[in-house]
Amino acid sequence: MARYILRRLATMLAALWLIITLTFTIMHIAPGGPFASEKKLPPAILDNINARYHFNDPLWKQYTDYLGNLLQGDLGPSFKYENRTVNGIIKDGFPVSATLGCLAISLAILVGLPAGIISALRRNRWPDYLSMFLANLGFSVPGFILAGLLMYVLAYRLDLLPPAMWGTPRQAVMPALALSALPMAFLARLMRSSMLEVLGQDYMRTARAKGLSERLAVWRHAVRNAITPVISYLGTLVATIFTGSFVVENIFAIPGLGRYYVASIGDRDYTVILGVTIFYAAFLMLMNFLVDLAYMFIDPRVRLVDRKEV
Amino acid sequence: MLFKQRRFLGLVCIVSVMALILTGCGGPSGPKETAGQQIIRYNASAEPQTLDPGMATGIPEMTIINAMFEGLTRYNNKNEPAPGIAESWTISPDGLTYTFKLRDARWSNGDPVTAQGFVDGWLRALDPKLASEYAYQLYYIKGAEEYNTGKGSDKDVAAKALDDKTLQVILKAPSPQFLGLTSFQTLFPVNSKVVSAHPDWIASPENYIGNGPFKMVSWDHNQVIKCVKNPNYWDAANVKLDELHFYLVDNNTTGFNMFKAGQLDIQYNVPIQEIAGLKGNPEFKIMPNMSSYFYRFNVTKKPFNDPRVRRALALAIDRQAIVRDVCKGEQLPAYAYIPFGVPEPGGGDFRKTGGDFFREDLDQARELLAGAGYPDGKGFPAVSIMYNNNDQHKAIAEAIQAMWKKNLNINVTLQNKEWQTYLNDMQNLNYDIVRASWTPDYMDAMTFADMFVTDGGNNLTGWSNKEYDRLIDAAKSTDAGNPKARVEDMHRSESILMEEMPIMPVYFYTQPILIKSSLKNVIIPPFGLEAEFKWAYVE
Repeated sequence: MARYILRRLATMLAALWLIITLTFTIMHIAPGGPFASEKKLPPAILDNINARYHFNDPLWKQYTDYLGNLLQGDLGPSFKYENRTVNGIIKDGFPVSATLGCLAISLAILVGLPAGIISALRRNRWPDYLSMFLANLGFSVPGFILAGLLMYVLAYRLDLLPPAMWGTPRQAVMPALALSALPMAFLARLMRSSMLEVLGQDYMRTARAKGLSERLAVWRHAVRNAITPVISYLGTLVATIFTGSFVVENIFAIPGLGRYYVASIGDRDYTVILGVTIFYAAFLMLMNFLVDLAYMFIDPRVRLVDRKEV
Repeated sequence: MLFKQRRFLGLVCIVSVMALILTGCGGPSGPKETAGQQIIRYNASAEPQTLDPGMATGIPEMTIINAMFEGLTRYNNKNEPAPGIAESWTISPDGLTYTFKLRDARWSNGDPVTAQGFVDGWLRALDPKLASEYAYQLYYIKGAEEYNTGKGSDKDVAAKALDDKTLQVILKAPSPQFLGLTSFQTLFPVNSKVVSAHPDWIASPENYIGNGPFKMVSWDHNQVIKCVKNPNYWDAANVKLDELHFYLVDNNTTGFNMFKAGQLDIQYNVPIQEIAGLKGNPEFKIMPNMSSYFYRFNVTKKPFNDPRVRRALALAIDRQAIVRDVCKGEQLPAYAYIPFGVPEPGGGDFRKTGGDFFREDLDQARELLAGAGYPDGKGFPAVSIMYNNNDQHKAIAEAIQAMWKKNLNINVTLQNKEWQTYLNDMQNLNYDIVRASWTPDYMDAMTFADMFVTDGGNNLTGWSNKEYDRLIDAAKSTDAGNPKARVEDMHRSESILMEEMPIMPVYFYTQPILIKSSLKNVIIPPFGLEAEFKWAYVE
């Protein structure tokens, strides 16, 4: 198992290096730069800027310098935000995005999984139709429409909640709802189809035949087996939702990390583009790794060993 | 079974750990309420890129910095530079030497504001190592450009503290706009003691020492910057606000909803789709904005190398319809380049004196186009309008596209570009027609006029005219000391620009804003900053 973990870590590092290199290349191919502006700068001033930020160095040197700093955990200064570092931006933004993501995913699991299970058990009856109708709705309505609609109804029309900003539990309600809609819908559909497959298996008939109550059969045999694909999805989901959403953070004025994924690219804020990409990639890989470890608990057939050892 | 149950619990634990370990899932803490105090909550619309006066370039940044700093002058409610830290000044008859007398003023930490503080601030902004984008705002001063571009030293910059209270500045040429520029962020003083003791002074509210009406107490990124009244400000007796909060909400619709819900007192950028519903609302106001919206033609390419084509296109659009049906904010149709609001020597308005240079005229437009070899649009090359990705620019381009089709029978296509690609293509003349706008750097027609000289950094049309260059040069040199001749040069240069039309004016901006009726004396200037709060109060 130790060998397996080491191997996985090595693969992750290699993948991360590839991601850094690709991102670095693509962002330098894109026209413009962090100091492009509508009012064109005099050439001498551009020279000063290029000298201060080492833009005059050949690209390979900028690249190796960046990797060197990265190894020491330094993601560099932001070019757009003069007095902020990329480490600082992630340190400020990630806890906020993650808190919101934690609320959204809890909501998605608490509502989505039971909805999927009930749908499967009451297949083609009204609870199934209702929850699948809502799931399809949650699936197809874009986040910015849902967020705008929530703000319009709950804050503007009914005056129940503050429209935006971050700091109080009441301010977290609408963004958490908006953020949870898609994963909730996905989890419900995934759980439903996975349950339906399991319910048709022979071992379910055996379980019932040996006299288990319906409740025990469903809980112990059906749900436990049906949840495997949901677990695989959770890794990606946690990584995506915890690192923030541009749309939700922009609309609800939330100081999270999600806004930087989109904004930094428009700003050509090179270090921020690289920093948040690396952070997201590393987080995603870590989550997938944890998911694989989780399989060990859920499915006794899975053994985390190298193929050679088998 | 029990063992399996525990395994299942183990799984639940891992999932929970995934959800919790890296977050700390901490509950957000609530803001405290304050009542009965003088507070204004203003939406500055974006996280400031920096609050360093020597580095900042944006108008939202300037709005925040201006609340916490003060230059030699400060614009008053009549849009004139009035005494700030300087209580008086003299200008030598040749217009070159300015001598400022400073008043007894203190920094927010109690240190005295001295003439040396201004010299320090200016030399800091000019330091090539700081690499300030706006260093060129100081190039009027003798020796400044040389120091900034590495050809001279800081000792040769002609800004000297004769004593603690006297600052002498020598310009390289007479520049009527210089006095107004002393109210501009790049020319603010700095407290050198603080800057050298705390290199990251900008980032920490306790070290952000200014000399203006307010001082910072907190800066929550992408949320709010909170300022309180600065008791050490020289004119603190006339500052009535206890607190000033700059919200950093970048989504305009969200800002609009927050204003409606009472979370904000001023929303500077009103979403266009809301304007129709706000007409007649006493909280909705349309303020002047001294900026110009226009299209550039690439005159290095066919068919726009022919001035008749450029003029024909400019005469064949309905500007009134564009501002009424597309922009909706009571913008003014533009029949010249330089907007209203620019003062002239003697108290006139540059635009009113200059008047309109052309009128929309379809017959004349068709004639011009036929004369250029495209009768009824026949044989007109395939050209496109390029704009940066934005709903309003798109809607305007679509309207103009339809007008040209209907009026001149020519087909143009639309090119929607991402902001940086748009800038890059425009600056490399890689376009046919491109939408553009210009906001003034200072209160003088020159900020609009000198960009169109041959190879000017912001010309970007390929256009060149010897007489135009000569007039701008004369206004900056031989006529610089003669206000009447200088403004006449600029009127004549504008008439050449409007005769040749490397650009097609579309409209002059306005600024629709939302402001609570209880707020008094908030100044919304037509350029430079969004709002001035020094004299503001809540009724």
